[in-house]
Amino acid sequence: MSDVRYTKDHEWIRLEGGIGVVGITDYAQNALGDVVFVEVPEAGKTLAAGGEAGVIESVKAASELYSPVSGEVVEGNAALDGDPALVNSAPTGDGWIFKVKLSKPDEVAALMSEADYKAFVEGLD
Amino acid sequence: MTAPETLLTTPLHGLHRELGAEFGGFAGYDMPIRYPAGIMAEHLHCRASAALFDVSHMGQVLVKGPGVIEALERLVPGDIEALKVGRQRYTLFTNAHGGIMDDLMVTRRESDLYVVVNAGCKSGDLAHMQAHMPPGTVVMLDDRALVALQGPKAVDVIARLDPHIGAMPFMSARELTLGGIDCWVSRSGYTGEDGVEISVPAEHAETLARLLLAQPEVMPAGLGARDSLRLEAGLCLYGADLDENTTPVEAGLTWTIGKRRKLEGGFLGAEPILEQLFAGPRRIRVGIRPEGKAPARAHTIIVDETSNEIGEITSGGFGPSVGGPVAMGYVTPDYADDGTAIGLVIRGKVHPARIAPLPFVPKGWK
Repeated sequence: MSDVRYTKDHEWIRLEGGIGVVGITDYAQNALGDVVFVEVPEAGKTLAAGGEAGVIESVKAASELYSPVSGEVVEGNAALDGDPALVNSAPTGDGWIFKVKLSKPDEVAALMSEADYKAFVEGLD
Repeated sequence: MTAPETLLTTPLHGLHRELGAEFGGFAGYDMPIRYPAGIMAEHLHCRASAALFDVSHMGQVLVKGPGVIEALERLVPGDIEALKVGRQRYTLFTNAHGGIMDDLMVTRRESDLYVVVNAGCKSGDLAHMQAHMPPGTVVMLDDRALVALQGPKAVDVIARLDPHIGAMPFMSARELTLGGIDCWVSRSGYTGEDGVEISVPAEHAETLARLLLAQPEVMPAGLGARDSLRLEAGLCLYGADLDENTTPVEAGLTWTIGKRRKLEGGFLGAEPILEQLFAGPRRIRVGIRPEGKAPARAHTIIVDETSNEIGEITSGGFGPSVGGPVAMGYVTPDYADDGTAIGLVIRGKVHPARIAPLPFVPKGWK
């Protein structure tokens, strides 16, 4: 079983100890199209589950990025400043967006499993 | 996904679907926004080679009969009388207050005027023309499609099909036979590149589009790329950069007012427009280069160094050929000089930017 969880807003979160790595899904990057700018949250910023964490701009439009969980940002992905297209080419790898120290670890259990998310996305098409 | 019933489709809708287009509603039509290659690739391909756009949603109108040139000149500030047969001109429908009702292309032909207007304005434009022109002289061509082949290799592609294109200067038009199909072709476009717009009977549109797409230089491009291309080229989008409260002088389109028309007037809104030409506009369209990487979209507020509002962005985004954000908007004349430092309020924060010359890319047409 994968330890990755998903939101209805198409973010994923992968737990590494008490730290969650967050990005957007392949479905989301495909829907956005060419990503040209990512406003990543700065370290120290406090986020609420479902609250705004940053902005992803594609050639087409700006889209808000929401945090799947509550906590404090420990790192934003600095590589996205020089190469925002990493979100397109590696959305679940090098294109991760921020790392967050979870303040309410229980929130993760309420998120979708990979199978649930897959079914959710299929229902959208 | 099927189009909602309320949206109209063009004769090429099935082909777009087959090509894997992502659709979006635009001016009442279900139009391809992008194909699988994506807006960035489509945009760059157009600048480097040739891209095919479906612009069948635009209105094609024929104006024919005695007195139509004089009558059309009462609606537009362009010199239509001086237009030679086979030549085309960009002009504007103005209203009584000097605002712009639409922008359009007029081509003078042997026995009529061929007019192309924007999709979102076409029913209003038709009513406007019919109300001001002799009865029975204005007819919407509902049975034709319109495609644009744009890019530095577009004319090479057309020349392979009909060599007569070689003798056509930019902003001229004539009949060409492309793959056995009689088409009305103008050497023009709205991407900043050389290219053609091809009016084709609706029943032959798909055959023609497939023929063009089969050429090695050509790939399909959607309205997403069309928008970023025209923005980089400094070309106005009606409804964004131009509207009924914007005058040609404010929009930087004074060049569309013919010399004779400036002296004689005689078009809707001539008095306020000619007065503004003399006195200067209260705001003016400019190019804007954000200094950071964040794109500034339409409706972004423009401020001065002390955060006073001095204008608004009307078109903005990422310019794939420029490799960074670009925008157009209106500012008060004090801030309109190239290089002037301004601020853009993006998501509540002021980002530095500068007024920049238009276009953002060198013009590609000859």
